[in-house]
Amino acid sequence: MKKRASVKSNAAQVKTAEQPKDERYILRLYIAGSTPRSMQAILNIRRICEEHLKGRYELVVVDVYQQPTLAKGEQIIAAPTLVKKLPLPLRRFIGDMSNEQRILVGLDLRPAEGKDPA
Amino acid sequence: MNKKTTNSRTTESIPKTLSGIQGLDEITHGGLPTGRPTLICGSAGCGKTLLAMEFLMRGATQYGEPGVFMAFEENEQDLILNMRSLGFDLKKLIAQKKILLDYIHIDRQEIEETGEYDLEGLFIRLDYAIKSIGAKRVVLDTIEALFAGLPNEMILRAELRRLFRWLKDRGMTAIITGESGDKTLTRHGLEEYVADCVMTLDHRVQNQMSTRRLRVVKYRGTVHGTNEYPFLIGEAGISVLPVTSLGLNHEASVQRISSGIPKLDEMLAGKGYYRGSSVLVSGSPGVGKSSIAAHFIDAACRRGERCQLFAYEESSDQIMRNMRSIGIDLAPWIEKGLLQIHAVRPTLCGIESHLVSMHHKIGAFKPSVVVVDPISSLSITQDEAELKPTLMRLIDFLKMQKITALFTSLVSGGMNLEDSQVGVSSLMDTWLLLRNAETNGERNRTFYVLKSRGTAHSNQIREFVITNKGVDLQEIYLGADKTLTGSARATQEANEALAEQRLQREHQRRLQQLDRKRTTIAAQIIALEAEMKSDEEEMKSFAMQEELRQKTLSNERRTMSRLRGQ
Repeated sequence: MKKRASVKSNAAQVKTAEQPKDERYILRLYIAGSTPRSMQAILNIRRICEEHLKGRYELVVVDVYQQPTLAKGEQIIAAPTLVKKLPLPLRRFIGDMSNEQRILVGLDLRPAEGKDPA
Repeated sequence: MNKKTTNSRTTESIPKTLSGIQGLDEITHGGLPTGRPTLICGSAGCGKTLLAMEFLMRGATQYGEPGVFMAFEENEQDLILNMRSLGFDLKKLIAQKKILLDYIHIDRQEIEETGEYDLEGLFIRLDYAIKSIGAKRVVLDTIEALFAGLPNEMILRAELRRLFRWLKDRGMTAIITGESGDKTLTRHGLEEYVADCVMTLDHRVQNQMSTRRLRVVKYRGTVHGTNEYPFLIGEAGISVLPVTSLGLNHEASVQRISSGIPKLDEMLAGKGYYRGSSVLVSGSPGVGKSSIAAHFIDAACRRGERCQLFAYEESSDQIMRNMRSIGIDLAPWIEKGLLQIHAVRPTLCGIESHLVSMHHKIGAFKPSVVVVDPISSLSITQDEAELKPTLMRLIDFLKMQKITALFTSLVSGGMNLEDSQVGVSSLMDTWLLLRNAETNGERNRTFYVLKSRGTAHSNQIREFVITNKGVDLQEIYLGADKTLTGSARATQEANEALAEQRLQREHQRRLQQLDRKRTTIAAQIIALEAEMKSDEEEMKSFAMQEELRQKTLSNERRTMSRLRGQ
């Protein structure tokens, strides 16, 4: 799914990029305590969302220490983990969210690297 | 003595947790290291998950230690179903909060790495799981799945090292499973981190027979059995064998029991086998090994003892029919519940599986006599080199239970009869050898006691005769520089009887002759006496006549003188 979307040429991208514009992004960031890494991740993802998804995203930060049952339900292993619940497909991002390029590709906001120019 | 003291010292220094798995605690001298992780590695399908799960279930049900099962490969539903097929009710234990399953699903497709991270999420889940049921045991099955799911091996290794230390700090007795790798014990070298106790499981197929084996590769700070031990996944979970072969310290009974053949008892100092000893009956095909076994069973049942027969060649019906033909009826003993016959093909499973099923059956029936007929056919499925240790385990097991065991062993035609029968003769206390003697166009069976530990036994070769009233051991003809069996013996015996008769008759005749002679002499004596008597009488009458004559003479003289004198 992901691949097909990202391989599309620039001309087609106008159309595909337009449609998801209305889509709401539901994101959950699971962190483990207030570690510098957690803070870094929160800052990074907030910035990315504000830049690319302004007005159409919902980001909830969950501290799994506070709600350990959620870790099981959401299959959290690594921390921090960002879960993109919507739009489908479900995707997880692990790390301090410093690799913006990867996040954007993963959120279908930018085609994968290297395959960009047609 | 010395060994004993070191033994007890090491067991003191390392606290151990009983796994509850049959046999494993014996091999490890008391179980897995308490509060430390144990690595169990092996290839796919060798029983890692099951062993780990049984460790938890036994802990929860037998030792009151709740456990957490972190599954990386199978989800909760699959695990519950799989365990149910082995007779474990996982669902109930979960409901009772004795076991907690946590399925960790990692889909490489979903995961995108975006910088530095750690596995704190896993720690939190584990911590929560442990706290929520007060777990003492933890299983991570198979944590190596993380390597497939998470791209950064550097982070992963650091986190795993932290995880195992974390488990140790919390005093969790843990089992970590891992797939075996090419050069390392596990594919990703987990043994680097879990260094206290490492076991390998192995699933080998040889001659189309599969055998599972377990080996304790290392166990820090304690003695342990180092061999490969076969284990079996049975109806009641895992059984590791052997349970008893770590020492030779079974008690030796001085009680004797009859072999069921009076003449054989006679050959064994008139008393039969020792109770708890192992007896080997070997011989070429059709010499009557099974008949000796049947006699033994019959005798044991007559004494009211329980008996188990493991037959690998004949079905139980066939055995009963055949034994009836020599006058032994086993059916009543089966009806009375004194005898159990288990007949299976040796090729049904590997010898270890046979052994395990024997263990189970013997454990359940608690017989005092066990007969295996024949052990040699078990070697069809196994190298002889492997058969010996396995049988040794069986013999040890039986000895520990004070069970008298009789094994029959087939020796094929060309083999030297005294050749070590599947290498086990040295394990046997009593060895009876049957052989065919071919003379004068017949085959006769001869029998002798090759060895019998701790008893006086006859050095004689007997002729082994199977009649419709059972087995008989006849003295064979010895003497005049030949031994004779069969019809030759019968002829010789007939000849001897004839000679004897002749002698008897001669004797009688001479007696009669003498008698007659005596009668004749007696008659002569009577005749002579009569003659003497008549002589005497004649003498008397002569005397009388003489007297008379004298009288007459004197009278005449007197008369004469008177006449003259006048």
